[in-house]
Amino acid sequence: MEILAQYGHVLVIVAALFGFFMAYGVGANDVANAMGTSVGSKALTLKQALIIAAIFEASGAWLAGGEVTSTIRSGIVDAEAFKQVPQLLVYGMIGSLLAAGTWLLVASHYGWPVSTTHSIVGAIIGFASVGVGMDYVHWDAVGGIVGSWVVTPLLSGVLAFLIFMSAQHFIFNTDSPLKAAKKFVPYYMFFAAYIMSYVTVTKGLKHVGLDLSTNEGILLCFAIALVVALIGAFAISRLKIDPDADKEMHFTNVEKIFGILMIFTACCMAFAHGSNDVANAIGPLAAVVGIIQSGGQILDKVSLDWWILPLGAIGIVVGLATLGAKVIQTIGENITHLTPSRGFAAEIAAATTVVVASGMGLPISTTQTLVGAVLGVGMARGIAALNLGVIRNIFVSWVVTLPIGAFLSIIFFYVIKTVMEAL
Amino acid sequence: MPSAFLAVFAKSPIKPIEEHIRKVLAASEQLLPFFAAVYNKDWDTAAEVRKVIVSLEKEADTLKRDIRVHLPRGLFLPVDRTDILELVSQQDKIANKAKDITGRVLGRELEIPAPIQQEFNAYLQRCIDAVALACEAINELDELLETGFRGREVDLVIKMVAKIDEIEHDTDEMQISLRKFVRKSESVLNPVDVMFLYRTLEWVGDLADTALKVGSRLEIMLAR
Repeated sequence: MEILAQYGHVLVIVAALFGFFMAYGVGANDVANAMGTSVGSKALTLKQALIIAAIFEASGAWLAGGEVTSTIRSGIVDAEAFKQVPQLLVYGMIGSLLAAGTWLLVASHYGWPVSTTHSIVGAIIGFASVGVGMDYVHWDAVGGIVGSWVVTPLLSGVLAFLIFMSAQHFIFNTDSPLKAAKKFVPYYMFFAAYIMSYVTVTKGLKHVGLDLSTNEGILLCFAIALVVALIGAFAISRLKIDPDADKEMHFTNVEKIFGILMIFTACCMAFAHGSNDVANAIGPLAAVVGIIQSGGQILDKVSLDWWILPLGAIGIVVGLATLGAKVIQTIGENITHLTPSRGFAAEIAAATTVVVASGMGLPISTTQTLVGAVLGVGMARGIAALNLGVIRNIFVSWVVTLPIGAFLSIIFFYVIKTVMEAL
Repeated sequence: MPSAFLAVFAKSPIKPIEEHIRKVLAASEQLLPFFAAVYNKDWDTAAEVRKVIVSLEKEADTLKRDIRVHLPRGLFLPVDRTDILELVSQQDKIANKAKDITGRVLGRELEIPAPIQQEFNAYLQRCIDAVALACEAINELDELLETGFRGREVDLVIKMVAKIDEIEHDTDEMQISLRKFVRKSESVLNPVDVMFLYRTLEWVGDLADTALKVGSRLEIMLAR
């Protein structure tokens, strides 16, 4: 207890630093997957993608990131266990940040497809089961989280399949795909905007200080979605249609309309990603800050300190601006044959799935959800060639990441504990 | 910087397949200037044109190999992998046939008898038409991908294949009429030349036959 009083500020600063760097890493690497799809299908230039990502990652983190943050902070480990030894929870959370950060550095050096989410969850389980005992891990919650890693890619795959098939039915397989595209694309915008704003309004606006009743919320979402769809319809009506472009490839102009839709789905994707992944970085930080501010007490319901979510948001944006640009470009250049009509289906499906998971407080992998969505479009025979080997890689990366995250966090936990006790 | 997400996407075989058949068509079309030189007994020009055909055939070969290399098992494709491989192999046969025809004719300096030159040329043109239409149908592959290999676009391609079938039928009729002429002239022509003429007629006809096989493969690919 005295240790926390004495070194509290130092610990908060250390945790904030590590949390910031995790967010930086998320911005540098993971965001690229979310934005690369849009750049690859030429719906956005690199610069536009960066601006959109910065705005929507940050607002996703700030407006809809609260639930996942609280899961990471207090949903995996039973805080009761630390009543007598709150400093252990502080060490453990800092150790988890270090462990996940280290593992991600190693993995990205070798190019292994490792998820930030899996690393941090593994790390927290690791220190908790060794530091206080297996019994104090919320195994049912952990089971739910791990289960969601299977369910979310599947769900987004099915969703992407259905969305793509609906686009085929309503737009591509009609007398005049161009006319149909102009007519139906705003509906997709409406659908996505409604779900995005619904999750945000029901789950996120409270901590920003806005408390709405359910009906007010639904009405607000409806209004937002309508405005978005109208803006989209306006943008489409201003689009220059070039009949000559259709000679080589009959659907060039239709794809242009989907390009506008994709600018919008890229915003959704960035928002969804911000709402889920930023929690990996700042969840542990939030736990540390909560304990130290309450003077060593572990409170079940503490409101998130005002500066924590913005810190994560800024970390993401800085990572994105410095390293992310290059990664987005690499991905964008290499995703050929992903036209906007496919990209949109994958992005809407993934963004919707991720944002719903965020609303439920489930920390999931955005990249894997997006991979699931892309495979869904592939199942609908929409993409020329896909590597099924990726599924195996993803599976292997889970099996490896959880124990390694746990193992590293145990080591860091004991190192930090030993150092602090020697002080 | 490798990315997990990027790894999902494999190299698309569709553009290379389209490019391949365009090369094949270009090689077949060179048969027109080749035979124009043959009618004039201008063997030097014919040899020059043959060189062009040989190099086009080589380029098509490289493309074919490239497509095969990039289609390992374990890829997830919107159409059957074996259909794609078979399609490309049929396409490639057209270019090979064009090369073989020029080789045979040039090697023997085979003259096309003046009375049938016009009819022969029409026959050749019709066979090349079949290849051109096959090329057009194959170039619908990217549109087919856009529409998820279903719906109106499929109907359109099926119609194109039916058209190739008609052209192939035309060429059969033309071949019969040409053979009749050769048969009637057997007594005045050099017997070895006659054999070569029959063979050349068959091979030119093979261009249309194989074009139809390409179309049928495409049809099989779509009927899933």
